[in-house]
Amino acid sequence: MSVNAVDTVSLVGPPLWLLAEVTYRCPLHCVFCYNPVDFAQSGPELSTEDWLRVLREARAAGSVQCGFSGGEPLVREDLEILVAEAHRLGFYTNLLTSGVGLTEARATALKLAGLDHVQLSFQDSTKELNDFLSHTKTFDLKRRTADIIKANGWPMVLNCVIHRLNIDYIEQIIDLAVELGAEYLELANSQYYSWAEINRDNLLPSREQIERAERLTNAYRELLGDKLRIIFVVPDYYETRPKKCMNGWGNVFLTVTPDGSALPCHTAKMLKGIEFPNVRDMNISDIWYRSTAFNYFRGDSWMKDPCRTCADKEKDRGGCRCQAYMLTGDAANADPVCDKSPMHERVTQAVDYAQIPDAQRDIVKPLVFRDPKASRLAKV
Amino acid sequence: MSDVQTEIDLQTCPRIAKLFKLQWEEVQNSWVLLYPEGMVKLNASAGEIMTRIDGVTSVIELVRALELKFNTTGLHADVLDFLTIAQRRGWIKL
Repeated sequence: MSVNAVDTVSLVGPPLWLLAEVTYRCPLHCVFCYNPVDFAQSGPELSTEDWLRVLREARAAGSVQCGFSGGEPLVREDLEILVAEAHRLGFYTNLLTSGVGLTEARATALKLAGLDHVQLSFQDSTKELNDFLSHTKTFDLKRRTADIIKANGWPMVLNCVIHRLNIDYIEQIIDLAVELGAEYLELANSQYYSWAEINRDNLLPSREQIERAERLTNAYRELLGDKLRIIFVVPDYYETRPKKCMNGWGNVFLTVTPDGSALPCHTAKMLKGIEFPNVRDMNISDIWYRSTAFNYFRGDSWMKDPCRTCADKEKDRGGCRCQAYMLTGDAANADPVCDKSPMHERVTQAVDYAQIPDAQRDIVKPLVFRDPKASRLAKV
Repeated sequence: MSDVQTEIDLQTCPRIAKLFKLQWEEVQNSWVLLYPEGMVKLNASAGEIMTRIDGVTSVIELVRALELKFNTTGLHADVLDFLTIAQRRGWIKL
């Protein structure tokens, strides 16, 4: 470690963003879920008391944004208690939900608890992937949920994960957002971690698909103006410079998993060889400033070439540690999305494969749905 | 900020937009504006202005209060410039 603990405290800013993944339980089976593939093998969930303590400690350490996520956070019956405490402590409170379980009664209770914002995801979750958009039951649920969100005065923020199997329906997705009265729509291309990585060949769109979707999105932007703000996120794999993942390791984000692991990002648990602290054993301030795990990729002494000598090293911090680990076997390597990476071909190979139409592919791998049974069997 | 063109009515009473929450952050030693999944850290003068925006104080009263506090005059243009930017970014409603 290049910086000692005392210096670290003065150099590192507070964990502004706390992502509370309160449960891995979820009624959905999304093929792009970023929860660990072996989520069903993790330890018992934190208790209400544990979470209340985590909220207090994080707030004292300077956290201001709190996202309640999962799994489906509404599965936790104590969600209202946690939101109320987060609100009382001065957090801006965000709920990231599929809407499943958001009844009028719970929405009212969450509003009373001080919930500031709801981000509703399209649950592209049914095993009948192709008709998820036209599925009446799904649509009714979304309609009902959207009405509940509006009735409580929350802004209507929709998130839809985009991939090879739904990207050609981008117009229908935007139309649906308009129909539901959304103010913001995030069309976030799937990134390839966890379940999405297993399903990558099935999910990574072709260049033509992405260009078409972007073109249509831009046309809608012109048409709709301020009525609906659309954010379109291109998959990393089509870039030549990596993203500044999590805005830097241990820089802004702190994720606490259902079993209490503290992570610099929600997928970091995959990095074997780093022991992540648990909120049951260590307080948030020590985790953030002093733990080995959170200091692991701070500074630049861990960097290798080409990052070490790269002019952009502060701009992108070498990209994503998990992507480097998954695609090169070493988390300290450059994210191979970068075309300066000697292993950039690991990304371009996947991109090349994505250009082959499904009908012309020799090997057809089945989609793997996020599922506790599959997760219990997973060897990671 | 002098190039910002403004047509703000001095009698209007600005308020903070619904989605935004203004609060003092001890750890950051500054006023911040919180909104869905984001934060704006305000500098000292922006904090002085924003904390006086309450939906019942008019722009002209706001300018006078600031001039009184800092024992100066001629803050008009600066305040109006800031309010214009704040409105454009959706932080306040006029």
